[in-house]
Amino acid sequence: MTDADAGPEADGEGEGAETDQTGTTDFLARATGVGSSIKQAITVPALALLSALIIGAFIIALTDVDSLKLWGDDPGEAFRSTMSGIGDAYRALFEGSLGSRRALTETLFAATPLILAGLAVAVGFQAGLFNIGANGQMHIGGMVGLWVGFSVSAPAIIHIPLAILGAIVGGAMWGGLAGLLKARTGAHEVITTIMLNFIALFLVDYLLKGSLFQAQGRNDPISKPADSSARFPTLFDGYRVHIGFLVALLAVWFVWWLMYRSTIGYEFRAVGANPEGGKYAGMNVAWVYVAVMAVSGGLAGVAGSNQVLGLEPYRAFSNFAGDTGFDAIALALLGRSNPIGVLFAGLLFGGLRAGGIQMQGAAGIPIDLVLVLQALIIMFIAAPELVKAVYRIKAVDDGVAKGVTTGWGS
Amino acid sequence: MTAEVVAGSSTVTLRRATPEQRRAKAIGTLLVVLAAFVLWVFGFGVDGGDVSTFNLSLPGAKYQDIKWEVDSRWLSFIIAGIIAFLGGLVLRRTHLRWTNVALAISLALTALSFLTWAAAGSSFSLVGMLVSTVVLSIPVTLGALSGLMCERVAVINIAIEGQLLTSAFVGTIVGSAVNIWIGLVAAVLTGALLGAVLAVLAIRYHIDQIIAGVVINIFALGLTSFLARRVLSVEPGLNSPGRFASVKIPILGDIPVIGPMFFDQNMFVYATFFLVIAIHFGLFYTRWGLRSRSVGEHPKAADTVGIDVFKTRYRNVILGGCIAGFGGAFLTLSQVSRFEENLTAGIGFIGLAAMIFGRWMPLGALGAGLVFGFARALQQKLGILGTPIPSEFLSMLPYIVTIIVVAGVVGKSRPPAADGQPYIKQ
Repeated sequence: MTDADAGPEADGEGEGAETDQTGTTDFLARATGVGSSIKQAITVPALALLSALIIGAFIIALTDVDSLKLWGDDPGEAFRSTMSGIGDAYRALFEGSLGSRRALTETLFAATPLILAGLAVAVGFQAGLFNIGANGQMHIGGMVGLWVGFSVSAPAIIHIPLAILGAIVGGAMWGGLAGLLKARTGAHEVITTIMLNFIALFLVDYLLKGSLFQAQGRNDPISKPADSSARFPTLFDGYRVHIGFLVALLAVWFVWWLMYRSTIGYEFRAVGANPEGGKYAGMNVAWVYVAVMAVSGGLAGVAGSNQVLGLEPYRAFSNFAGDTGFDAIALALLGRSNPIGVLFAGLLFGGLRAGGIQMQGAAGIPIDLVLVLQALIIMFIAAPELVKAVYRIKAVDDGVAKGVTTGWGS
Repeated sequence: MTAEVVAGSSTVTLRRATPEQRRAKAIGTLLVVLAAFVLWVFGFGVDGGDVSTFNLSLPGAKYQDIKWEVDSRWLSFIIAGIIAFLGGLVLRRTHLRWTNVALAISLALTALSFLTWAAAGSSFSLVGMLVSTVVLSIPVTLGALSGLMCERVAVINIAIEGQLLTSAFVGTIVGSAVNIWIGLVAAVLTGALLGAVLAVLAIRYHIDQIIAGVVINIFALGLTSFLARRVLSVEPGLNSPGRFASVKIPILGDIPVIGPMFFDQNMFVYATFFLVIAIHFGLFYTRWGLRSRSVGEHPKAADTVGIDVFKTRYRNVILGGCIAGFGGAFLTLSQVSRFEENLTAGIGFIGLAAMIFGRWMPLGALGAGLVFGFARALQQKLGILGTPIPSEFLSMLPYIVTIIVVAGVVGKSRPPAADGQPYIKQ
């Protein structure tokens, strides 16, 4: 948070942790959305989703090459064809996410890594750190988790927790590295985490060609499979959703407890609200940076373990984390960095992803549209005044996206 | 931690080294270690009597067969000696101003020693690599210039990546449909448009600028990938814009080494050098520059003396977008001449790092761009030479260099004072 945004509270916090009641409450209200009514907490996201879908419809229409060619000859037919294109796409999007029992489980399945990675980014936001590195942390965590998954032999009840623990350690180290760089040298986490993403990507490619990971008898970069005892068992027979979803729910609870019920979490949020204030209150800000990034990376690491231990082919391959780490940023913003909010945002994005796959298959709309929709959603969420202006409503609370990060200087 | 420092007696405070001195000590130690490394790995790592041949002329150049043949082992021995000597000088901590110079010379020499090691017993086109360095530095330099245009007026532009990507895409399509010049114009306008979006979100709506930038990046990646799959796959004719040809400057272009590097390139390279000089002159010698910098350092004071803070910010952020758009055009109208999903692969962020490395100065941006260009060129050419280093590690090189740079190996650089803060008129 920048000094300008901290406003009058910043001075109060400078004098000590006890005297900053107003500042903390204000920050809490903003971070959790508790200060605003439930109705408001839903109105803006709902309108944001609606707006994004409308703009998405225009994008589909404008890129419908076949229908566009028709406009000259037969405008009526062209209009009908365009509308049916949009209709097909959104019907597939809906059916793929909510339309059947299978669709619902697919939504939960897709939501699992999103929730975990979203929590990772949210923890960072609450401490004023912008972790764009969930992607890299997922890769490193996933690789360590997978390594435990095929090198250790144990019954599932021990093997799975051990593999997840490995993933946490891997992700925490990769995230902690960015925290350490910030604490020791002041290198901004936005740049270091992005660079660490690329480095992790190449590191995974390298590891997949080495004897440690590469599957026997294969020349392409693909790893050995995880032992069956390390694979996440599915929750229902015949559906892909697995115990990773329960792990994600556990993580939601853990992050809530950590941020709102523990001393460490209090320090995280205090440093996030005002690093200078935290320093004067006797907190070790450098340590907090490292700890926050380690916790964040650890959560992303669990998300990474989902990608290798929770779905076919139970192996690692190049860029196995995909876009999840970047979706997580949108998700954390949508969920207002609140663990419960992240859970619901994760379910929404999981639905978009599950539906997007159906949309790509059935209506031939590339799944990248989901990325566009997500960007539009955050844009509307981040600028509630935009929504206000478009829908002529008033009294939406100020955007959570105002001043959650810091400039290069600090 | 802080308590102990406060409690320390004054004698402790007196003995405490200044940050510069501590840095000099660290870097001096680093240089001595580096010297030992060069001696051991690059010196003793090659067979005695091996010769590295560096070609200094390109095939078809006016002056042919300029070569430098050097004993691989002895060159590394000499380089190790020089680095150790510089390390010793830095460790004396008497001339702190020269720490960075010593570091730069040592790193350049290490790179040379590395090349002799890699090329031991064979020949290597040094001039080819230097030409690649200049070409590969262009998008990074343009990205850095775009970033500094915005940050000089205190708007953080993390959307460079998205601006590059989108304008590369638009440039490709318009360039294929009409011609490359119109494509170039369209790319620049696209950059300007995204710059305007960033400006509105940051200045009008006071959205956290880093988040606004990330939103633009995600949007750009999603939209271009979506359109590439939905439109370019159906209409492949829209994905072959052609490219700007090299324009050789008479006489200057024939100078060995320097000629092909700087005087036998396409329009983008000349334009980038021109922009660097123009922005440097503009920022430090014109009214526009003075106003921009004052808005970036102390907007309230600037407002008080009658400078329109908002207008200045809008104008500069949009101009920054134009420069990024120009860089995007370079990616598809000069290099590959074809759009692929996510073809920028982090160049925009590397540009941002180059801006910090270059200390928010246009000439610094160019220098930093050349360093990154060199890292990238090294990665490409070493792949051809076939060193025992795995290709993945070579691919990591530019990104690792970025982290080292941002981590302040070159010393702490200071951003404009109001960087990233929205201005709210009282």
